[in-house]
Amino acid sequence: MIEAQDIRYSYQNKIEALKGISLTIQDGEFVAIMGQNGAGKSTLVKHFNGLLKPSQGKVLVDGVETTKSSVAALARNVGFVFQNPDHQLFSETVEEEIAFALKNFGFKSEVIEDRVTWALNLLSLTQYRKTSPFLLSGGERKRVALASVLAWDPKTLILDEPTIGQDHDQKEKLRQFIMQMQTQKKTVVTVTHDVEFVAECNPRVVLMKDGKIVADGVGKEILTNPALLELSSIVLPQIAQVFTKLAPLGFPKDVIDIYEAKAIILKAKESKQGR
Amino acid sequence: MAIIETKNLTYTYPGATKPSIVDVSIKVEKGEFVLITGPSGCGKTTLCRCFNGLVPHFYQGELKGDISVSGIDTLKHHTYEMAKHVGLVFQNPENQLFALSIEKDVAFGLENMGVPREEMRRKVDWALNQTGIYDIRERSPHEISGGQQQRVAIASVLAMEPKVIVLDEPTSFLDPLSAEKIFDVIHKLNREQGITVILVEHRLDLTAKYANHLIVMDQGMVRFEGDPKKILSSEETRLIGVGIPKATLLYQMLRKDGLNLGDSTPLSSEELADQLLEALTPE
Amino acid sequence: MSVFDGLRFRKVYSPIHNLDPRIKFVYVIAIFIVAILFFQIIPLLILFFMQIPFVLLARVQRQWLRSLRGAAFLATFIFVVNVGTTYFTSGYLLTAPNVENAAAMTLRFVVLVESFSVFFLTTSPDHLGLALEESRVPYEFAFAFTTAVRFVPVLAEEAQTIMDAQKARGLELEKGGLLKRIRNYVPVLIPLIVSAIRRSLELAEAMESRAWGATKKRTNLYLLKLHKGDYFLLAITVGILATAIYAHFFVTIPTITQLI
Repeated sequence: MIEAQDIRYSYQNKIEALKGISLTIQDGEFVAIMGQNGAGKSTLVKHFNGLLKPSQGKVLVDGVETTKSSVAALARNVGFVFQNPDHQLFSETVEEEIAFALKNFGFKSEVIEDRVTWALNLLSLTQYRKTSPFLLSGGERKRVALASVLAWDPKTLILDEPTIGQDHDQKEKLRQFIMQMQTQKKTVVTVTHDVEFVAECNPRVVLMKDGKIVADGVGKEILTNPALLELSSIVLPQIAQVFTKLAPLGFPKDVIDIYEAKAIILKAKESKQGR
Repeated sequence: MAIIETKNLTYTYPGATKPSIVDVSIKVEKGEFVLITGPSGCGKTTLCRCFNGLVPHFYQGELKGDISVSGIDTLKHHTYEMAKHVGLVFQNPENQLFALSIEKDVAFGLENMGVPREEMRRKVDWALNQTGIYDIRERSPHEISGGQQQRVAIASVLAMEPKVIVLDEPTSFLDPLSAEKIFDVIHKLNREQGITVILVEHRLDLTAKYANHLIVMDQGMVRFEGDPKKILSSEETRLIGVGIPKATLLYQMLRKDGLNLGDSTPLSSEELADQLLEALTPE
Repeated sequence: MSVFDGLRFRKVYSPIHNLDPRIKFVYVIAIFIVAILFFQIIPLLILFFMQIPFVLLARVQRQWLRSLRGAAFLATFIFVVNVGTTYFTSGYLLTAPNVENAAAMTLRFVVLVESFSVFFLTTSPDHLGLALEESRVPYEFAFAFTTAVRFVPVLAEEAQTIMDAQKARGLELEKGGLLKRIRNYVPVLIPLIVSAIRRSLELAEAMESRAWGATKKRTNLYLLKLHKGDYFLLAITVGILATAIYAHFFVTIPTITQLI
């Protein structure tokens, strides 16, 4: 469980990035942290593995205060996948890259061997085992970065802007991957501004603006609240945009799923014809 | 005459085992808003770089086939000659701005071309105004947001008054709201200045509505080219892995289940909403 | 990283900041020449105190004092070596003139360091880049300079991000003996270097796309014009040089030991 208790954080140049955030994430939850660039999303999640320590307030991960633990110790349970895989890749082979963290955490070599194989398999990278990560395409490098974090099987997975630069199929695979993590009871926290992606996953949404949380709840409700979204400079998902304009027809406004939309519209058509 | 015309364009990067683009033959008319899309690795980025000569001059390798941009054969002219005709805006906002102040960056191309100061000042101010960044012209590139940085990049290309502006996934790193602002600027330049726009994008939900010419690529080849509405309503396009706008998908789903909203495939939420209101409003 | 703060464009507008960097540079060279001209401590003292009005006018006292502190170590070293050598070579005699000479040597070093420090503290990178562009230095150098300065904060941020990313994979930078700690930085250096290479490629693409190399006669959006203040500084510089040369050849300068 991750708990943030009224935390504040200021960068060296005195800019206060977090102005009193209180948040609890239970084990196994899927949370999307959303907001404009500069709202403080990345700053917030960097507190969950101790990369940043709050200037005020406390952050507890599984009951342990992050100020009383090292990043390495916290990272054992909280895996952080950064936005740009090129900020992590440095090894001669994909295999070594994936083994890096395992070595840091003191895993035994037989275990490392197994884990690397498992991670390669999970992300369809087995053919690249002995390839240099620098020779792979952008999407493949992202998968290597992800594999290198999954390899040590952390309880919690933090994904920082995982959909940037991804095409449609890649995003779909990512969505399925997150669902898979969910079935394995992992906690998944993703920082993103991709409304369509979040609309398809429909997780718990925490909406931030200027270092504060302005909304925290069911994705469907938050993503269809035009006032909230305008406040935090987020665009409505397309389906919700359509339904907002259909208010004169008396349609519900909180629709983000395309199948639900279809059902509502067909029903309306039937009742119109029925008259 | 078409402003860009290619015939059987094929290119292989040096050291690559297979070509990045194969037999690409397209025609772009002056003033069009062209959208190029396709799954990652389909060759759209390579194609962009053919338009201003980076391929083959900067990347070396062999470019086969014919290409003519603004009447010029790019194979026979230096990249710096092409700069007057074609402007190229890249994906990463940070890595295309070099100067210590924004207006100096916008002037960069004109300085390179040896344009006299008076004329340069006029063109720079015009470009800054067109992209809405005149007020921040003295700031340094690192102080501004990604969206503003991309507008600087557009302004710096615009200052050279090209006939064509090519943008390679310019909003990849931007949030949807900033992305919309960029597309607004581009759309305005196309509509008001008559500049031909070639936009490479994945986010069709935000951009399909602007295009009057769509090119879908896959594995180096052009699969579909033509009217966006027709192409995006075809099943084959979806199978390639192109992200069809949700509004379009919903329209098709409804049509399959018996609700025909009209002949015009909607590409935006506004279009679909209008169609639905018409179809479902009680008389 | 506070080191890089000093290199960020700091818009401190003081009369000194607005002076033409080329004239400022000429002034610094003049101070350099005068400092070398004299062995005696009195003129060097005068030279040292002459910097202070500039420092105060430019409001950079704090940074200037900090750079003085930085030079202190090396200055002490120079002093000790000078005194030491005269002590040993003159047969273990510690005379007042010798100490004074050592102090003069040290002061010469300090004056040199301080004049350059004042120059860099009162000249923004923009201004410097512009001066380079307008001088007869080939444009490539001026461009390399301004681009490098422009990307310093970007690189600093990236280095921080990379360190964070690797720490999040269990890398403990401070662990282990000296050798291990150096090896710990490999996962930070390699992504940094690769990123720098990728960045250079992207920059080159952007440069090519904006007519880089179109003509040899580049023009400039800005123009460095000389103002009253610049001419004033030029006059002061000439005055200092003239006085110094006259004093060096025609005036016997007493040492402090002689005055006491």
